[in-house]
Amino acid sequence: MIRLNLKKTLQSAGGKMVLDLQLNIKKGEFVTLFGESGAGKTSTLRMLSGLLRPDSGTIEVGEATWFSSQENIDLKPQQRKVGYVFQDYALFPNMNVRQNLEYALQKNQDSAKIEELLEFAELGELQQRKPETLSGGQKQRVALARALVQRPEILILDEPLSALDLKMRIKLQEYLLKVHKKYKLTTILVSHDIAEIVKLSDSVFELQNGSVIKKGAATDFFGLNRTSAKFRFSGEVLKIQREDVLYVISVLIGNDIIRVVSDPKEAELLEIGDRVFVASKAFNPIIQKI
Amino acid sequence: MDWQPLVLTFKLAVVTTAILFVVSIPIANWLSSTKSKIRPVLETLVSMPLVLPPTVLGFYMLVAFSPENALGNWLNEYLGIKLIFSFGGLVVASVIYSLPFMVQPIQAGLSSLPSTLKEASYTMGKSKMTTLLKILLPNIKPSLLTGIVLSFAHTVGEFGVVLMIGGNMPGKTKVASIAIYDEVEALNYAAANSYSLILFSVTFVILLLVYLTNGGYFKRFAQ
Repeated sequence: MIRLNLKKTLQSAGGKMVLDLQLNIKKGEFVTLFGESGAGKTSTLRMLSGLLRPDSGTIEVGEATWFSSQENIDLKPQQRKVGYVFQDYALFPNMNVRQNLEYALQKNQDSAKIEELLEFAELGELQQRKPETLSGGQKQRVALARALVQRPEILILDEPLSALDLKMRIKLQEYLLKVHKKYKLTTILVSHDIAEIVKLSDSVFELQNGSVIKKGAATDFFGLNRTSAKFRFSGEVLKIQREDVLYVISVLIGNDIIRVVSDPKEAELLEIGDRVFVASKAFNPIIQKI
Repeated sequence: MDWQPLVLTFKLAVVTTAILFVVSIPIANWLSSTKSKIRPVLETLVSMPLVLPPTVLGFYMLVAFSPENALGNWLNEYLGIKLIFSFGGLVVASVIYSLPFMVQPIQAGLSSLPSTLKEASYTMGKSKMTTLLKILLPNIKPSLLTGIVLSFAHTVGEFGVVLMIGGNMPGKTKVASIAIYDEVEALNYAAANSYSLILFSVTFVILLLVYLTNGGYFKRFAQ
């Protein structure tokens, strides 16, 4: 169990923000932090990994206390068993792929781990390449493999897939799931992509202005259980057009734009830019604001 | 021609640059990462030699290191070091005088690296020292080279500070820039020209090499 109880005044783009949140994460869970930019997601991860010092509160991981303002405990990032995959990957430009992984080896650690991870991440052929020559997806795999070298208990993924195209995202999502299970990690992901969240995580915490405003199991979270739909996609409303008594709503799903018929009552609730689900029971599609 | 002033100039430049390299890395590292309130004060002090007339710096050092004063007296009595009119004094003065030329490029280089590089290294359990030596410094090689060359060239061109604190003692403190001044005073233009031409050529070649290296011309040529 990871128990976070954090208070921190942050200087964000919109002025001062007080982050004040309690989070409990079960061991072995895949958890997503969801919310607008500037809600405090990355700051929370940085405080958990020791890169940012909370003003007050506690961080407990299992039996150990990593931070406690009352008892004056503050473990350095070096002492916390956290694998951190940064949004910009943070690969060391002066080292090739293999050296990047080797750098992460701990004292007296067996280098067999490197071979295992190079193979698992399908990086064998790339191991002599410098980061600057790799594609986004390849860099991502290196960053992930590197974070796993030190056998962390907690894996932190800060929007790891946001810079990749859809095809690569889907491939790497499966890869993340495999990693999470194989190494029995507690994984904390920051993501904005609802499909990705539903696919990967067990539970979701929504952050707004530095507080948790909603939490739940991933499938319940976005109201997926409210309809007994046969298939379901999430997307963004691009256009709402009136045609006689009906409305035609254009929704962007992945890279496709689909058009859904909606009655005026439902259409009135929607605005351009809303995130929606498009679902269908057998033949009649349902469109619903989320 | 007397080669001694030239030898002395380059000896001074090499020693000064070596000391500066070792001293400046921790200073630049601290300045690039600290949020301390005294940072602007320290940055100002480091940059002062850029704007201060060298004679001001030389004058205060002359006063401070003089055996008549507490610091100079203490250095002389307890450590047996005499910094006035000696090569040691020239080195100390040059280190202070060329400090910004080494600190500023290194500081700029370190600041330009994404902070996630450092943080990634910390989360892997690596100390600040290991991170500095294995991650940060190897990724700012052009800045290190710029710092080394600028401080070397600046020390070669030093005049005012040297004259104030070192005087003009052949073999000890008479560097090339002062020799040139001496020769002109004696209306010995040919000798002055020889010294000047050598300094001109050497500094031109050194700077050219830096621009070629940092601009990647050699790499392109090698391909």
